[in-house]
Amino acid sequence: MTTENSSEAKRGSAAALATTVVFAGFIAVLGVFPGLYVGGGSVPVVLQNAGPLLAGVVLGARRATAAVVLFLALTAIGLPLLSGGRAGVAPFVGPSGGFLFGWILSALVAGAVVTRFKRTGLPVLLLAAALGLLADYAVGVPYLAFYLGDLRAAVVQSLVFLPGDVAKVLAVALIAAVLHRALPGRLAG
Amino acid sequence: MTGYQPGTSPLHRAPTGVKFVGMLVIATGVFVLSAPTWVGGVCLLVLAGYAVARLPLRYCWRVSRSLALIALLLFAVQWWLVSLDAAWLVSLRLVAAVGVANLFTATTRVDDVVSSIERAAAPLRRFGVRPDRLGLLAGLTMQAVSTLSLIAGQVREAAKARGADRSVIAFAVPFLVRTLRHADDLGEALAARGEDDRA
Amino acid sequence: MIEFDGLGHSYGDRRVLSGVTLRLPERRVAFVGANGSGKSTLARTINGLVHPTEGRALVDGLDPARDGRAVRRRVGFVFSNPDSQIVMPTAGEDVAFSLRRTTLSKKERAARAAELLAEFGLDGYADHPAHYLSGGQKQLLALCAMLVTEPDVLVCDEPTTLLDLRNKRQFVHRLEALRQQVVLVTHDLDLLERFDRVIVLDEGHVVADDRPEPALRHYRKLVG
Ligand SMILES: Nc1ncnc2c1ncn2[C@@H]1O[C@H](COP(=O)(O)OP(=O)(O)O)[C@@H](O)[C@H]1O
Ligand SMILES: [Mg+2]
Repeated sequence: MTTENSSEAKRGSAAALATTVVFAGFIAVLGVFPGLYVGGGSVPVVLQNAGPLLAGVVLGARRATAAVVLFLALTAIGLPLLSGGRAGVAPFVGPSGGFLFGWILSALVAGAVVTRFKRTGLPVLLLAAALGLLADYAVGVPYLAFYLGDLRAAVVQSLVFLPGDVAKVLAVALIAAVLHRALPGRLAG
Repeated sequence: MTGYQPGTSPLHRAPTGVKFVGMLVIATGVFVLSAPTWVGGVCLLVLAGYAVARLPLRYCWRVSRSLALIALLLFAVQWWLVSLDAAWLVSLRLVAAVGVANLFTATTRVDDVVSSIERAAAPLRRFGVRPDRLGLLAGLTMQAVSTLSLIAGQVREAAKARGADRSVIAFAVPFLVRTLRHADDLGEALAARGEDDRA
Repeated sequence: MIEFDGLGHSYGDRRVLSGVTLRLPERRVAFVGANGSGKSTLARTINGLVHPTEGRALVDGLDPARDGRAVRRRVGFVFSNPDSQIVMPTAGEDVAFSLRRTTLSKKERAARAAELLAEFGLDGYADHPAHYLSGGQKQLLALCAMLVTEPDVLVCDEPTTLLDLRNKRQFVHRLEALRQQVVLVTHDLDLLERFDRVIVLDEGHVVADDRPEPALRHYRKLVG
């Protein structure tokens, strides 16, 4: 269904279009569906920023990147797709806007790792998700630093989110590992 | 920071392109200015924009509350790590940039943004970009959002029925399986309606 | 035993169930009714997935709206689309997943799962990717995943919707053979001959409650 190159060509542009819009929608729904309990915790967390990573490890670089770009473009033009129903240009212009732009690189990197290694066991998926997260920070932190005019302040502020994001990386890798076994041969990788 | 707020003010009626450029100039301009008083002035200008747009009070309250929250946090951290001057500058920049971006979104219908982009980006067609498909993509994505919301609800019920309401796997795996299936179905439906025939 | 006591439900302003008062001691009970008549909502009150806005449901004297977890241990639930319910990659692992809170060892869980799968005609499929089973097999897998914890009641909400006629029949025959009490919501009227009791819902009201033949006659008249 969503193998990167061979079957994509066979299935044509309709399948590619469908995958792109459906995963843009998938990322949106992760945002409107709050209240997932990660790791037995008692506070529900919003999983939306795990969306680009999940798309990456499931679809591979090309389709995942397309889905994230579409998601962000539609958000920017005013569709309330971000968690909390946020929409428009403001989230991108705000100090954490870089972390949103970073989703694109996140999906690209996570997807590229999965496509690169033919075997999609837990270690590879962990690597993919971790590098994907790192890619997001690589865009988000400098953006914030530019905003603040101070790299140290940007790093300190970003560190607050690191524990939650690391938990999400673990969750993404775990989910993807189960999924790759559940649908052998049908995913990117 | 939600979407369009219907209205008939001059800002609502202003051409989308003009508004967008104005928004961009202000949002980036505050990063060129380095005196807090000047940035403060821009903030007042943006505030005036909200008055002109006559946005609903409840909306203004929501926006200012969440904006104030971020600005305060930023202010505190900057003051602690850098200086009081830097704290003022950064938080005023935030208010001006996010405020004006938000004003653009609040006074501009999505349809108008779409048609403006389609017009402005039409020359890109030579490079294989299809800006005229943005509206289609938006419609299909919103459709997908509503289908996937239903699916998410069903999957969550099923997880609960298995006593796994707190398991991320029990939610995410079936949700992704059904999402992929939905993508397959939609792909076939689009192909059946000639989507693959396009050169 | 399942009881409904003056049960009513509204989604927002929309009233979808009113004044449902029933005691269901029979082993094979079916609910039929047009789309939107409130069958799924009523079925969900039995295991606490829906909390009724009026009155209450009771399972062996427990209120699912209050003791949801305890009730859900006694009440299994099978949905229309087994893809929602299958969590683990293989059939065996998925059935074993239901036993994750028990004291059984991993090996014992796998053995229990394989045994049950075999009982339901899925022998040899324990290591098979669950999502690559046929529709009928997947629904049987969903049933096994519920039965392995040995609930007292099994509620099935249109479990045969996605199945072909042969698989529909096979699935309902499996239900009939269970030692558990079965509450079946369905549109497949011709599969209900051997049920003890058929209850017809219309716009949230019970309009017939009888043995299959007269109840279904009533229902057919209702839908014209
Ligand atoms: N979660 C919900 N929110 C709002 N309305 C709902 C919800 N679930 C069901 N309904 C509405 O309640 C009515 C009864 O639905 P349901 O119990 O699913 O009926 P049935 O299973 O008989 O088709 C329908 O009109 C349906 O649209
Ligand atoms: Mg129903």
